[in-house]
Formats: sequence, structure tokens, C-alpha cells
Amino acid sequence: MTLIASSIGRKLTMALSGLFLVIFLTQHFAINITSVFSPSLFNEISHFMGNNPLVQFIFQPILILGVLFHFTMGFVLELQNWKSRAVKYKSYKGGANAPWVSRNMILSGAVILSFLALHFYDFWVPEMNYKYVEVLPLDSERYFEELIHKFESPVRVGIYLLSFIFLALHLYHGFASSFQTVGVNNKYSQTIKSITIAFSIVIPIGFVFIALFHHLTAF
Amino acid sequence: MNLTLKVWRQANADAKGKMETYQMSEVSPDMSFLEMMDVLNEELIEKGIDPVAFDHDCREGICGMCSMFINGEAHGPDRLITTCQLHMRKFKDGDTITIEPFRAKAFPVIKDLTVDRSSFDRIQQAGGFVSVNTSGNTQDANAIPIDKHDADKAFDAATCIGCGACVATCKNASAMLFVSAKVSQYALLPQGKVEATDRVLNMVNQMDEEGFGNCTNTGACEVECPKGISLENIARMNREYLYASLKG
Repeated sequence: MTLIASSIGRKLTMALSGLFLVIFLTQHFAINITSVFSPSLFNEISHFMGNNPLVQFIFQPILILGVLFHFTMGFVLELQNWKSRAVKYKSYKGGANAPWVSRNMILSGAVILSFLALHFYDFWVPEMNYKYVEVLPLDSERYFEELIHKFESPVRVGIYLLSFIFLALHLYHGFASSFQTVGVNNKYSQTIKSITIAFSIVIPIGFVFIALFHHLTAF
Repeated sequence: MNLTLKVWRQANADAKGKMETYQMSEVSPDMSFLEMMDVLNEELIEKGIDPVAFDHDCREGICGMCSMFINGEAHGPDRLITTCQLHMRKFKDGDTITIEPFRAKAFPVIKDLTVDRSSFDRIQQAGGFVSVNTSGNTQDANAIPIDKHDADKAFDAATCIGCGACVATCKNASAMLFVSAKVSQYALLPQGKVEATDRVLNMVNQMDEEGFGNCTNTGACEVECPKGISLENIARMNREYLYASLKG
């Protein structure tokens, strides 16, 4: 059996793709937070990210493949797990020995996936349309205006808020769990857990803050 | 104590099982759970009903045979015990107790509460051993110095009794804790390192072939394990497997 076909190999790919997405999330947050204190800096970075060939044609496809891989493998493994207990228990106290977040990664993942569909519709599709379908002229000042326009709707902000709660839950288990999967369970594990807790709180709250900030200051 | 028992009854592996309800009266709080099951069976036999089949052997927490899923938990509502070490004082008068077999595709029900755990035997046979020179010139194992920490961890891993509570408890019916304990007890010792590559590859392959689920690091197995086998062993097996796969 090859590494990728084995249960441990597949879990390893889930962990590595998850850690890759954590890095992306950090970078995404670092760029977005600039929109709060410096629209011009946000425009500048967004223009760079949107027009740099390395970012557009190398990093962006890798990111999309990473996202597709992570959730496809997640569903494949969940289906296998479901089949591993064909006859279910009449009484099963999952909460007696494992936290809710760790037992419901597929649920939090599915909510994040639904959010990503909305997020792509909001930002990625118009961006691709602007640059590669309508081929409109370069405008390095448009990004901030497009951003705050999206957060005018309280419904959209509400959906973002709810989604980031599930992102926090997903990260809370997934981040530290990735290290266990790659074989790290030692004196550094408590530090990793602490970083996981901090990351799973700070990043989602930060994204929610950005959405709320632009929603409230738009009027 | 008066109790209501809801017990899984299944005539054989192919039969369709169902929960049956039995009333128990005057149950002593000092009884072990298996003694309570013995009393139930005596009552059923007196009534001409087929007694409940359940596995048991040593009745002192060593053999790991008593595979019952009690009130939604492997070995019932207590920690670091097998079912035979569970006592009726853990329940209250008037309680309803649900008793089911360990559920997993790789643990098919034989009858009632007894399940076939020979998948564990096959995993063990795939690599859970050290090949020993039996020429008569075998070196004394104690002649090899071993770090105390490694020896302790190997011993902890070796306390796994292969009861299957980890599989029964895991929401994915994963056997990673069992297999990792067996891999670790050898991987930590010099005698086991010689066959380490083949061992971990063969045991994990056999585990996958048996149809166990994938580990999602919920940690439920560690909590319900009667011997307190640590998740550290799973991380070790992941390292061993990755290294062995890359080494070929």
C-alpha cells in the first residue's frame, strides 16, 4: 500500500493541507486588516496581489487546489468513517470523552465551505470577471471601495459573523490536531495548544472586526 | 436496587438484532456489572429464555474480554476500568441501563453482546512481534542498556490488553490507539528497532484492510482506554509510518 492510499497517509495530507490553509489565512488577515487603518495601503497590496504573475498564476492555483483537496479529502475520509460503523449505537455519549468541536469537524468544515462559495461569489468571481472576461483597465484605487460596498448589507455581515464562529471551532481542533497527525506530541504540545487557542480566537475575531468596522463606518 | 435493562439481543451474526427490556430487582450495589449480568441470565434461564451471551474471562481487568457498551460508553460510566471492574454502586435505584455490543464493521457481532475481535489478532500477526534467535545462543535482553524513560514508555504501551474499547468509543471506529500501542512497545526498544520498518507498514496495512475508520484526533480512545494508553503513541506511530514509507 502506498503512503497516500493508507489511512495515515491520507490524514497526513489533510494535516499538511490544513496547515497550508492556516498560513494562507494568516496572510489574508494581515492584508485585510490594513483596510481598517490605511485604505491606500490596502489598495496598494491588493493591486500587487491581483496583478503579480507569480501570485496570480502560481500561488492562486495552488491555493485553490489546496482548498479543493482539503474539503474533498475531508468528505472522503468522513464517508469511510461512516462506513466503519455500519450499525450505529442506540445510545452513544460522544460528549463524555471528546469535545464537540473535535467530533463535528465535518459540520464546521461544511459551513466554512458554504461560506467560501459566498466569498468567491463576492470577491473572486467579480475580480476574475474584471480582469480576464471584461478586461477592464487597471485601477489600483478600486479595491477598498469594492470591499466596503460588500459590507453594506447587514445580512452579509451576519453570514460572515456566523461563518467565522465555525471557522474558530474548526481551527480550535484542526490546528493542534495537525501537529499530532504529523507526529508531534512532546514537550512542545502544550505550547502548540496555546498557540492554537490564540489563533482560533484572534484570527476569526479579527475578520469579524474588519467586516463590522466597514459595515458601521459605511454610513 | 431496581433497574431496567435494555439489552441488545441478536441470535447470530446474520440475524437482525433488537433491544429487549428486562426488569431487575434487588440488585446489590456491591455486585460487579458482570455479576449483575450473571443474575439476569439465571432469571432468564428460569423463565426459559435464552441467556444473554457476553464475553468474559479473568474478571479482574486483565484479559479485556468483557466488551460491553453501557449507557453510551465503552465499559460504562467510569474511567480506567473494564466492564468487570464496574460496580453497580455507579448506578442509582430506578436507573435504565442500555447495554450494547462494541460496534464496528471490523468487530462483527457473533451473538448478543459478543463480538469477533480477531481483526486485532490479524493486525498483531502482521508485525506485532520480535523475531528471536532460538539457536540456544540468545542474548539476555537485560544485557542491553535501555534509557529508563524509553523503557517506561514501552511498558506503558505494552499494558494495552487489546479490549477494543478504543475502537468502540471512537466516533470513526478507528483502531489507531491499539495499533500504535503495539507498534510503540517495540519501536521504543532496541530489540524492536531491527524490524521497525516492516512492522509498522504491515500492521497499518492490515488495520486498513480490516475496515477500521480514520483517526481524527478526538482523543476519546485515550479517555475510555482501561489502561490509559496515551495519544502520544499515535503520534509516534505516525512518525514511524511516515519514516518507513519514505525509507521503503
